[in-house]
Amino acid sequence: MTVTTPQQAPPAEVPKAGATRLVDRVFKMRELAILLVFLVMIVITQIGNSDFLTEQGIKDLLLNATILVLVATGQSLVVITRNVDLSVGSTLGISAFAAGNYLQGGGNPVVAIGLAVLFGIGFGLLNGLLVSLGQVPALVVTLGTLYIIRGIDSIWVGSRQITAADLPDSFVNFGSGGISAVPYLALIALAVLIATAYYLKHFGSGRELYALGSNPEAARLAGIPVRKRILAAYTFCGGLAGLAGAMYLARFGNVDSGTGTGYELTVVSAVVVGGVVFTGGSGSVYGAALGALLLTSINSVLPALGVSSVWVLAINGILLILAIAVDRIVALRVALALKKRNARHA
Amino acid sequence: MPDSLTRAIRWDTVVGALLIVVLLLSFGTVDGFGNALNLSFLIGNTLPIALIALPMTMLVVSGEIDLSVASTAGLSGAVMGALWNQGLTIEVIIPICLVLGVVCGLVNGLLVTRLGLPSLAVTIGTLAAYRGIAQIVLGSDAVTDFPTQYLDFAAGRVGDTFIPQAFLPFVVLLAIAVVVLHATPFGRSVFATGASEEAARFAGIRVKRQKLILFTVTGLMASLTGIFWALHYASARYDNATGLELSVVAAVLLGGIDFDGGKGTLGGAIAGVFLLGALQNVMSLQDVSAQSQIVVTGVLLVLSVLGPRVARQISVARAGRRAASTPASKAPTPAA
Repeated sequence: MTVTTPQQAPPAEVPKAGATRLVDRVFKMRELAILLVFLVMIVITQIGNSDFLTEQGIKDLLLNATILVLVATGQSLVVITRNVDLSVGSTLGISAFAAGNYLQGGGNPVVAIGLAVLFGIGFGLLNGLLVSLGQVPALVVTLGTLYIIRGIDSIWVGSRQITAADLPDSFVNFGSGGISAVPYLALIALAVLIATAYYLKHFGSGRELYALGSNPEAARLAGIPVRKRILAAYTFCGGLAGLAGAMYLARFGNVDSGTGTGYELTVVSAVVVGGVVFTGGSGSVYGAALGALLLTSINSVLPALGVSSVWVLAINGILLILAIAVDRIVALRVALALKKRNARHA
Repeated sequence: MPDSLTRAIRWDTVVGALLIVVLLLSFGTVDGFGNALNLSFLIGNTLPIALIALPMTMLVVSGEIDLSVASTAGLSGAVMGALWNQGLTIEVIIPICLVLGVVCGLVNGLLVTRLGLPSLAVTIGTLAAYRGIAQIVLGSDAVTDFPTQYLDFAAGRVGDTFIPQAFLPFVVLLAIAVVVLHATPFGRSVFATGASEEAARFAGIRVKRQKLILFTVTGLMASLTGIFWALHYASARYDNATGLELSVVAAVLLGGIDFDGGKGTLGGAIAGVFLLGALQNVMSLQDVSAQSQIVVTGVLLVLSVLGPRVARQISVARAGRRAASTPASKAPTPAA
């Protein structure tokens, strides 16, 4: 294109590059804003209660966030493709029990984690197949599989309960241990997070997830294998929910048939607070992870400040609404700014 | 397939027929299903879902959704309990709770229509917020000492029949809802909005106002359900009706309301609600564990969305084949 009309290319490029930079900057700001809110909250809490940021305190903050960060990372991939997976809580529960049940019988911890991930991948695959091949709304299908997986889990588990006493010591110690204030589990979550972010940013198939999320029809016409990508996103999301199940077991050492119930709403909240937009095509996993960190930290901050924990739920909800409202207003402003800028360059 | 026949095999008629089959089979084969007390339990336990399903159907038809309904119900129950503890009379409390429901719905509606936010995200937020406020209002208390004439009304039957007393007001509300959705200009405009919001706006339909009304009515009905719930089970707690939103959405979608908006009937939705209720009742009588019941709900939900789509794809494929075999005749448009 530039070969045939080289003299016209530069003026056409300028507004485009400018637009990309502006959009990029807004998204970076979006993540910085959450980070800022998070830091302000931590500092205020530390001032109010000097026992808050001890080594154990920091460790607890990170440990609490770990599991949500993992599931939110997987969920962001699905939300970026303009879908949603509500069955993650059920998947987490059944994977945690699968790993626990295996360990209870004297299994190897590494194999147990692998087993949990496999369970997650299996259910992710089921969701992905239903959504991509069945062409049915993701919300409805995954609401259905939320029930189905939870039901299977409850039948399998019955009234049994796995406690830390049933698990090998090495596994439980791994769940609570760490390098000074940084837990091993948080390091795993961080590794997964960085790898996923790198994949989304620098791999063709990762970019295609954004493309098909922002306009599925255009993506299909551009030759992107839409169904394959959606299937992959769900499988990945399921796999991470499975891994999170294993982490849950290691962290709490306590699993029954209700483990992970209602978790889907927390995950979706974290993702949305983190700036991954429900209508697909934008957001980053770093944002989602920060959202998860922010939401879980509120649970520790309020008690540390002496505020009753009954406020947690209401604050989470209001935070979610604030986040999407601010996003919307910023998006409108950006669209306006871009229009002005393009008009100037035209 | 003749046109009239194709029209008769719509998903909502399938669900209605399924409901009748399940009821007939249960009357015939399940011990204890047919007695008046069991039937009144079935209806009484299904009523909260049915009450919220009325406005939820309209909301989904218009292309929106409200996941905060169960929290609104819980909140109005909690406020009812808290005000009762303060010594107010119930005749004062109930209107206050209903107004509260209207406010909850209005907040959802304003966020969706004025700021243009997706209703799914907004109502997940208010789901947490309203439930959180309920927790702040009532803490972990349970209020149970409501006046007996109200408790009797919410839990009692009409004489010795199988009909709960609260079923009669529900029938009136159902009739109003059916007329509004299927026989008024407002109802038609809801379908138009759901089919294509853009087109509806150009046709002069005040889409935002319409959606605001729907959200507000949903809030009102949710708080009515919360009041009924607290009286029916004689217990006002902050966690009343937790998770009810998923049951309502499942039942409405099972009843053939298209999640993308623009399609469905209230008859189908109510058939879906009572089909789920009847199945659960039968399974409990047959000693099927609560866990297996959850699986059945999930499978039904997946089938309810997969079924119509697969049927449509088959009919499109068949129409395509017919068009290919008779190229001279005018190609039939694929049934949508």
